[in-house]
Amino acid sequence: MSIIQSVSRRNFIVGSAATVGGLSLGFHVPFAALAQDAAAAGPPEVNAWVVVKPDDTVVIRVARSEMGQGTLTGLAQLVAEELECDWSKVTTEYPTPGENLKRDRVWGSYSTGGSRGIRDSHDYVRKGGAAARHMLIAAAAAEWKVPAGECTAANSIITHTPSGRTTSFGKVADAAGRLTPPAEVTLKDPKDWKIAGKPLARLDTVEKLTGKQIYGADLTLPGMLNAAIKACPTFGGRLVSFDAAAVEKMPGVKKVVKVDDTAVAVVADTWWRAKTALDALPIVWDDGPNKGLSSASIRQMLAEGLDATDAFIGNSQGDAKAELARVTAAGGKVITATYAYPYQNHATMEPMNATALYTSDKCEVWVPTQNGEASLAAVAEASGLPVAQCEVYKINLGGGFGRRGNFQDYVRQSVSIAKQMPGTPVKLLWSREEDMLHGAYHPTTQAKLTGALDADGNLTALHMRISGQSILAWVRPEGMQGGMDPVVFQGLTAKLPEGHLAYTVPNLLIDHAMRNPPIPPGFWRGVNLNQNAIYMECFVDELAHAAGAEPLAFRRKLMVNHPKHLAVLEAAARGIGWDTPPAEGRFRGLGQIMGFGSYVAAAAEVSVEDGQLKIHRIVAATDPGHVVNPAQVERQVEGSFVYGLSACLYGECTVAGGRMEQENFDTYEVLRMAQMPAVETIILPSGGFWGGVGEPTIAVAAPAVLNALFAATGKRYRTMPLKNHELA
Amino acid sequence: MVQLTINGQMHEIEAEPDTPLLWVLREQAGLTGTKFGCGVAQCGACTVHIDGVATRSCVMPLEAIGADQKIVTIEGLSPDGSHPVQKAWLALEVPQCGYCQTGMIMAVASLLETNPKPTDDDINAEITNICRCGTYNRVRAAIHMVADGKAG
Repeated sequence: MSIIQSVSRRNFIVGSAATVGGLSLGFHVPFAALAQDAAAAGPPEVNAWVVVKPDDTVVIRVARSEMGQGTLTGLAQLVAEELECDWSKVTTEYPTPGENLKRDRVWGSYSTGGSRGIRDSHDYVRKGGAAARHMLIAAAAAEWKVPAGECTAANSIITHTPSGRTTSFGKVADAAGRLTPPAEVTLKDPKDWKIAGKPLARLDTVEKLTGKQIYGADLTLPGMLNAAIKACPTFGGRLVSFDAAAVEKMPGVKKVVKVDDTAVAVVADTWWRAKTALDALPIVWDDGPNKGLSSASIRQMLAEGLDATDAFIGNSQGDAKAELARVTAAGGKVITATYAYPYQNHATMEPMNATALYTSDKCEVWVPTQNGEASLAAVAEASGLPVAQCEVYKINLGGGFGRRGNFQDYVRQSVSIAKQMPGTPVKLLWSREEDMLHGAYHPTTQAKLTGALDADGNLTALHMRISGQSILAWVRPEGMQGGMDPVVFQGLTAKLPEGHLAYTVPNLLIDHAMRNPPIPPGFWRGVNLNQNAIYMECFVDELAHAAGAEPLAFRRKLMVNHPKHLAVLEAAARGIGWDTPPAEGRFRGLGQIMGFGSYVAAAAEVSVEDGQLKIHRIVAATDPGHVVNPAQVERQVEGSFVYGLSACLYGECTVAGGRMEQENFDTYEVLRMAQMPAVETIILPSGGFWGGVGEPTIAVAAPAVLNALFAATGKRYRTMPLKNHELA
Repeated sequence: MVQLTINGQMHEIEAEPDTPLLWVLREQAGLTGTKFGCGVAQCGACTVHIDGVATRSCVMPLEAIGADQKIVTIEGLSPDGSHPVQKAWLALEVPQCGYCQTGMIMAVASLLETNPKPTDDDINAEITNICRCGTYNRVRAAIHMVADGKAG
């Protein structure tokens, strides 16, 4: 992976050295070797997506960020499929966000979130590959003076069929790049794919095994200094003062800087020295208006919303409230349950960081980001320079999960620090504690569900009232619809292709009482699908139990209008052996939902011994429409259970005194090897649509386990996470 | 100035005695393959070998390490990624984002040195590194692959 730097190629050449802390360091700067000027050095591009070198190496440009999910390989497969190139000669590079702006956003969106990398760009990246193929063939045909229609391309070789003459992509790439692109191209039918759709090896594994891969936190630039930062730990609080003189003479310290109204940073030769001085720095905070905020006060605020009169309606059929009132008055069977979901931190393994270099006429930032263009906008805003004088170089991410997309707080901070030290690159790296205290937290919500069953055990009415925090209200208010946050209803809407409810209920109401505590919420891998799946799938299980029905049979009756939802659920159930009894002491549970454009289901097998839950096996089924790399889908599904079960078992940030209480992995526990169940992945691509895979499966991890836990214990655990409950 | 033996080479280190080995490796020796994840020995991203023993370097102060002790980092595990653990990791394509993987590989290499045929319970007890992408099942499969002599 390398990075195009055609705007202003800084000469950070591999092997240069600088003096840090009295020692000479070597540099490995991953992007310098292939810095390319579109007009001058390096091989010319065939088009924006494809560069072919004279040695037939194919460089495919990828706008979305690779953060472990495999999108780099998948997107390259799609381009390569249409290009008809030799896959063994494919490499990739990130075009910079500044270059994208300069070229009228030729690479489209850089946003890497919402499981959208492939499903939102498959069409135009394939067209990019197809157009390049046309141009390469046309160039060869022109050289041979034969009609292009008599030539074909395969495996990077162009053949003139009548004569049998051949040439390679590398030989005609230069000429191809000068041709006018075709006005229209026809894409292959996915059934004819040879590269896409196959479980090809990732393009980015080797350097991850040797320590050679450079993440943002590892970046070193000549003359670079390091910054450690503390922002006011209380939400809404401010920085009043700090005593720089107390630490300025500590080893390595260069400067103590006010970053903004909320944060102070120490800049030193090494990060460890910066952090050591920061820890010794006397700081006075103004705790601000939220000092009295606690998890208990937030719970109370949300609980009030469960029965509030006003609410935004996300899905409505018939008249659920009237039917529930009627059944209640008639003494019929009405079931009610209340669930709750806490704040959680993304906890990427690599803490937030960004490296900035500011001069009076330019600001450059090197950053692991899920959205290079959002980073670029943050650089322009924080530097005060026109965007054309700013640039962002994307560096590998040590995890993203939504934290590094919309939220560019660390980028703004790094620019503010660098601005106070013009001409010197400064790397800002957060401590884990800073990362835990200043998250963009999974929003907290509660849900009260009420359902009515008739004498035959049919569900005649369902009201699901969600109360709690809106992400959009804080993060992207322009996305609100008349005051409503549509994202709150992920997986619960009537028709949306992004994710609609599997169940047909004659009288249905799903509504949201918005209650926004003053804590920054964010898009956290899976987003609102996570808790919505718990609420709906566990409550449907409760209804089945109340109806005296077997949970799968009960769901089948409600899912007759949604065969794709049902197909993945049936597949997961078959996989776990639903129709045969589990071994002695083992218990099973199911869950399904649709989100991020894909249908997902899971079946879990658990046991509980001496209050300890053990998750033995999970079978997961996914229908994402088309599959670009089944091996990567499998990895995403497996990984989803680590994320989803971490949340279910342990994930909770609690608030006291207006700040988060958990500061590191000792109190913010996550799943480790010992708790990881075996995962079997079933991929059922039914074609005709493009769904995401990075997130949806997370949502079914918890309900499958919670429903199995009910089967094991006869008890419903409705408040997450499970670590707060004694299981028996 | 103190001396450290890192990956078979003597390094002259100038740092405060309480500086954690992690930061000596990353900022003094320029070996950034050893990662910072938590700083409190919880996540294992900083795992290196000291005299063959897997050690979380983020809480190991420089002053506690003698010049004669052999420190091995991911960069020194093998000259070219050919350690059996690295080979198994490549064969099964274990990494996702990869940030925790160098520490994971170092922890596993040390485990297999002392326990060449670990059971699943051994693995659960010994490999407590955190991975957030969710590579655990492939980590386990790769450990068994090496133990079974199938990593090449």
